[in-house]
Amino acid sequence: MKIFITSAVAAATLFTGSLAYAQDDFSGQLKARQGQFRIMAINLGILGDMAKGETEYNAVAAQAAADTLVAVSMIQQAPMWPEGSDEMSIDGTRAQTTIWEQTDDFQSKWADFGSAAEAMQASAASGQDALGPLMGQVGGACKACHDDHRAPAD
Amino acid sequence: MKRLIITGALVLTAVAAAGFVLTRAAPLDADRFDSIDGDASRGETVFIASGCASCHAAPDAEGDGKRVLAGGQRFDTDFGTFAAPNISPDREAGIGDWTVTEFASAVTRGVSPEGRHYFPAFPYTSYVHMTDQDVADLWAFWQTLPADATANAAHELAFPFNIRRAIGLWKQIYMPDGFVLSQPETPEVERGRYLVEALAHCGECHTARSALGGMQRSSWLEGADNPSGRGKIPSLVPDDLDWSATDIAYYLESGFTPEYDSAGGHMVAVIENFAQLPKSDRQAVAAYLKALP
Repeated sequence: MKIFITSAVAAATLFTGSLAYAQDDFSGQLKARQGQFRIMAINLGILGDMAKGETEYNAVAAQAAADTLVAVSMIQQAPMWPEGSDEMSIDGTRAQTTIWEQTDDFQSKWADFGSAAEAMQASAASGQDALGPLMGQVGGACKACHDDHRAPAD
Repeated sequence: MKRLIITGALVLTAVAAAGFVLTRAAPLDADRFDSIDGDASRGETVFIASGCASCHAAPDAEGDGKRVLAGGQRFDTDFGTFAAPNISPDREAGIGDWTVTEFASAVTRGVSPEGRHYFPAFPYTSYVHMTDQDVADLWAFWQTLPADATANAAHELAFPFNIRRAIGLWKQIYMPDGFVLSQPETPEVERGRYLVEALAHCGECHTARSALGGMQRSSWLEGADNPSGRGKIPSLVPDDLDWSATDIAYYLESGFTPEYDSAGGHMVAVIENFAQLPKSDRQAVAAYLKALP
């Protein structure tokens, strides 16, 4: 009887253990962090199309887009990047294990995006000419991180 | 019988002689650059467009450190691992004691001053199109770069890919005679052709390679497997890349795709270079890509 109970407990532990594991596909975290990048892309699109001259420059719209970039840069990142949510462990992400191996580097590159977003916020309303170099600064921050921490697309 | 032996010996000698001729490393004529003066400031543009630092800077170099061509980056391929050498102007560890003609033979023919073949990880099948003036300007710019004493790391190649002499045969097959786009319709497309096919050596990654590692110029810029073994390098031909010319030029300036995703991988280094070139050069690349069949 004792053996049976022990076995049952062990089995139950295993079962709930595997249940917990099955729920750890991190889909919520993936949606959240990929969503914030999507918000960035949409607002960079507003600014970039003005920089390229494809849409007419509008100071109010440019400022709103820049403000949104700064807002994204202020979202706390750690909860969205749990250990084990890298591309070697789960599907649906290109996040490389280097994010967890070189956390300081990852965080400093995210902070660089914040600095670039703040520069954009400070000058986006001052005219179309200013947007080009500002976009270059934001783009530089994106590339620097993607270069080291994002896996190539399939 | 004696006749057979003599004939056999003659045939063997002929084959050996032909093999010797076909596989030898032929440098440029020593006097080729005698009447060409290099201009260092023009050479800086050639340097940036050719992406020299992207492979020959130290692995973690940032900013001005990328002008120190100490080597040490490693490139994994199907043939083994190549280690980029020190090509800084250091007279011992680098290439500071070379002549301009030796430099030109290395860059445009893949031949070392000692008369050996370089492995084609060094993109001389693209640089072969470089003008003599650009080579001379590049060498003049080289003299302004910092020297570095880092010793070269050895390549790690398996037999038979480590036989340098065989590269002579490989060159017979894969050194191009002319440009892929033979008739550029405007000066802008012609400039774009020079940037894409020669200096920026885009085809080295964006064109698929044969089993022997040569560019398959019949499928020029139609995309390829990533030599790192992960992911695909995209096609740039108009049927596949539907970006506008403005989008292409803007991507080369900022790294942003038309959807405002940003570049990653080796394109980060490429864009870092293109962003420093005149806008007209980025537009020329776009015009060239649009002119491809």
